[in-house]
Order: sequence, then C-alpha cells, then structure tokens
Amino acid sequence: MSKKYDAGVKEYRDTYWTPDYVPLDTDLLACFKCTGQEGVPKEEVAAAVAAESSTGTWSTVWSELLTDLDFYKGRCYRIEDVPGDKESFYAFIAYPLDLFEEGSVTNVLTSLVGNVFGFKALRHLRLEDIRFPMAFIKTCPGPPNGIHVERDRMNKYGRPLLGCTIKPKLGLSGKNYGRVVYECLRGGLDFTKDDENINSQPFQRWQNRFEFVAEAVQLAQEETGEKKGHYLNCTAATPEDMYERAEFAKELGQPIIMHDYITGGFTANTGLSKWCRKNGMLLHIHRAMHAVIDRHPKHGIHFRVLAKCLRLSGGDQLHTGTVVGKLEGDRQTTLGFIDQLRESFIPEDRTRGNFFDQDWGSMPGVFAVASGGIHVWHMPALVAIFGDDSVLQFGGGTHGHPWGSAAGAAANRVALEACVKARNAGREIEKEGRDILTEAAKHSPELAIALETWKEIKFEFDTVDKLDVG
Amino acid sequence: MPFKSTVGDYQTVATLETFGFLPPMTQDEIYDQIAYIIAQGWSPLVEHVHPSRSMATYWSFWKLPFFGEKDLGVIVNELESCHRAYPDHHVRLVGYDAYTQSQGACFVVFEGR
Repeated sequence: MSKKYDAGVKEYRDTYWTPDYVPLDTDLLACFKCTGQEGVPKEEVAAAVAAESSTGTWSTVWSELLTDLDFYKGRCYRIEDVPGDKESFYAFIAYPLDLFEEGSVTNVLTSLVGNVFGFKALRHLRLEDIRFPMAFIKTCPGPPNGIHVERDRMNKYGRPLLGCTIKPKLGLSGKNYGRVVYECLRGGLDFTKDDENINSQPFQRWQNRFEFVAEAVQLAQEETGEKKGHYLNCTAATPEDMYERAEFAKELGQPIIMHDYITGGFTANTGLSKWCRKNGMLLHIHRAMHAVIDRHPKHGIHFRVLAKCLRLSGGDQLHTGTVVGKLEGDRQTTLGFIDQLRESFIPEDRTRGNFFDQDWGSMPGVFAVASGGIHVWHMPALVAIFGDDSVLQFGGGTHGHPWGSAAGAAANRVALEACVKARNAGREIEKEGRDILTEAAKHSPELAIALETWKEIKFEFDTVDKLDVG
Repeated sequence: MPFKSTVGDYQTVATLETFGFLPPMTQDEIYDQIAYIIAQGWSPLVEHVHPSRSMATYWSFWKLPFFGEKDLGVIVNELESCHRAYPDHHVRLVGYDAYTQSQGACFVVFEGR
C-alpha cells in the first residue's frame, strides 16, 4: 500500500535510528564519533548524521514518495559510549551499496563527510573508520603495482627501503638539486624524493629538474650497481599538467613518480594511479594537509580512513608518520592503519583503532613510508615498528651528516642493514639497539660520526590525538 | 701545524643490494640467516651470476630451490658447492616466499671476481 504525503519536519530518529537492523555484507559501514549540542538525545543526533549523510533533508518532501526510501537510506544501527569521554559517543551507520558510484572514493567521501559536518545539532563530528564492502572494493583500481611488484622492479628484498627528501625544500636550481640526488643515491639510498612543495616554481621548472634528476639516477645506478629511483613530483595545478609531467618522467626512463593525494584531490589521484598501472610506473603518495583533517580527536576524519581511501584510489607508497620522529602519531594507532595498507584481512581491534573487520580481497598492498625528523638512532625502533614492507626516509638525518649527504646515506644504510641482520639472527633490536649500532660503526666511520652527531636529539612530546581508552 | 680536516671523503662503492654495506658474514652469521629463512617458512634457493651481469633480473639457479629443506647444513653445503663450481661468480642465497610471490630474503654470500 502506498504511503500518504505528510508535509512538515519529522524527528530523524523515526526514520533513521534502526537498532534492530542487521548490516548486510554489501553495506558500507561507518563509525562516527559524535558530540551533540546539549540537550539533544543521542539517538536523534546519530539518526541526523545517518540522514544527512544519505537520503535525508530537514523537511519531508513529496518527491520522497516517488522512490523506496527504505531501500536507499543510511541507518544508524548501534550507539556506543566512547571510553573515558562522557560528552561523545560512537554512532555506527550502514549505507546501502547503491548509494555510491562504482570505483569512486570521491563519491563516498562527498556523501559521508559532506554537509553533515556543518550540521548545527552537532558540536563536533569525526569519521573514525569505514568498512568498505568487498562488492565496492572490487570496483576500485587500487595500487597501480603493489608491494611485491615494486620489490621486483627495484630489486630490493628482505629489508625496508631507504630514502630521503632533498633539502633545502625550496630554492635550489635544477642542476644543484640533481647534485644532491646524486650524492644521496651514490651513498647507498634506494630512493630520493621531491619535497612536496616542489612542483614547478620560477627557481626550478619541472622539466629542468626532471632532466638533471634522471642523469643523477642513471649515474648512481651505474656506479653502485644497484637500482635507484627518485620520486618525481607530478602534482600540478591541472590534470593536464600532471599527465604531461608523468609522460616526461616515463620518457626519461624513470621508475617512479609522486603525487600529493589530498591537496591534489582523490579524482586526480585515481586518474594518475590508473595512468601508472598502464605505463608501468610506481607511484609515491604524499599526504600534505592530512593533519588539518585528522589531528583533532573530536572533529574531522581519522587518518585510518584517509589511508583506506588511498589504497582504493591507488598508490604504491604512502606516508604514515614515524611514531618516533618529529611528527604526531602514537604507536598502536599507526600499526593499525599500516595494517590497512599492507594486509589482505584486518580483524576488528579497538586497541589498534580498527572498528571493523576489513577484507581487502586481492587488492595489492601499499608500502608504509616513515619520514620526518628521524635519524640513525631511531633505526632499531623503526625496523621493529614498520617491518620490511616500509620505506624509511631520513632528510635532515642524511644531509645533516658532517661529511655531507653521501656519507649520511651510507651511515643510514649500514645502520639499517645491521638492524635487519640482527633481527633475522633473533636479537631484540629495540632493546639492544645501542649495541647493534655501536658494533656496526666499527666498520663504518660514516656511521660512527652520525651516531656522534645526533646522540642528543629527541622528540618526546605527548600525542594530541590518542586512542579512546577509559 | 700539520693540516688536519674533520671532513672525510666518501668514495662511491659498487654493492650488491641487501647487506652490501656490511662486512662479509662469518660462517655462524650465515647459519643465523639461513635459520631465519627456514623459520619463516620460506624456500631457500641458491643463485649465481658472473659479476659482469650482476644487475640482471635473472641469475642462474644452482639446481632447484630447496623446497621443504630444514637442515641448515645442507644449505651451507649447497652454497659452497655452487661457489666451488663457479669460483668467479657471485653466489647469493634467496628465501622465496610463496605466499607473497616475493623474496623475503636475498643476499650475496660469496663475491666472485
């Protein structure tokens, strides 16, 4: 029997709070941390979030009756307390698969974190996690290559990869910039990286940089006998510029390019990633602007969501923070989203911040990149935390070496290999880190000097965003 | 006063990827790495190549991968036999991971000249 049109404003919870609902395997599930305005009941807040992020509008409209809204609506099916926090709660919402365009992370985010974040009944709102259903995942392109393909292309096995960002960030000419790349690579790094700020500025246009860098990579490869690469940043003002740069990198025979996926946008990223798959190019992903979105514990989007979205959109390496360096990130949370990048199935585990079981099926994995304020003394902890499928990047910790970047690179490479060798031999590298590095330094004056240079530096501030525990 | 500089000169070295920056391993250290490969459930295999082709993707197999081999001594013997048969070749030990279809470990044990 058809319904009657009943104009006016209804309570959201009448339609969108459905505690008896059992989510389907094909539903996209989301967990929001909600902080409502005073006096608004939890169920009403949660239902409002479900409504405003799916089919709802503030007033009932006649055209709703032209469709079966019960089929399309998002539903809040569970509310949970946030441990140790009286004013907030978690709302679990199920969205039917047909609300989203196939293969479009852009579309998912526009719905889930669109208007609802400015909604007046809420003081704060944070998207903590999304469970993507397999039916959606299979429509997404995912990483252009994945971890094992990247290892095969770069001939790097049995250890984390080693990289560094070229410094100073800005102001070097193309030729001077290529010099720094060459120094790092001849010293033993696998990769160097364009700083995210480097696109194509007046002091160094992209084409000039690409040519000098390509020569540096080629020379270092010939002289060391090892495979080398430099992340050529293709992030640009327009997609056309971006593809032009990517094509030129390919023309120069370079193995890897780079993109900033949040400032550049998910649509651009997905497009570039597809180009990389088609053209046999690795893709390094930077995450500028993420902390604006993910650092506040009560508002925004948790990075685990942004990381999952990147795996769907596509990238072979993604920055994840270092745990130990100068930038924010606690250990358990970081391990939680590193799993989301690399594993094929991750069970729900609140101690790591994962709110749902997440099955990635056959989607390739993404290398976790640890970069920012790290130096040789951090090496044992980094190898223990990140494991082999990671890229460890030391910027200041390479160029800041008293003998220069090549010696700094060699120091890091010796330290890395000493830690991996010790780990394989069954030693507890975090506990025995000092001994392992000191022993290794006996065969490497470069490492001995690095250990001396950075012995005093620590970054021990408490993290702002922590896991919710009572 | 004699000239004294605190800055050293870093000379580029040709290396052979993983563990290329460490001194050659002792017999015991090699045992440790083989034990690690076996404990991970990977298949040990031995490969060799003439130094002029060290950057090639495919090195020659020494026999076949030693599927299911648990005896460290057998692997050490195979490494040494390969080295004796091809004294001028690089010889490397690989831990092949069938689950990831990748190599969990790969390093040169004997350098040819």
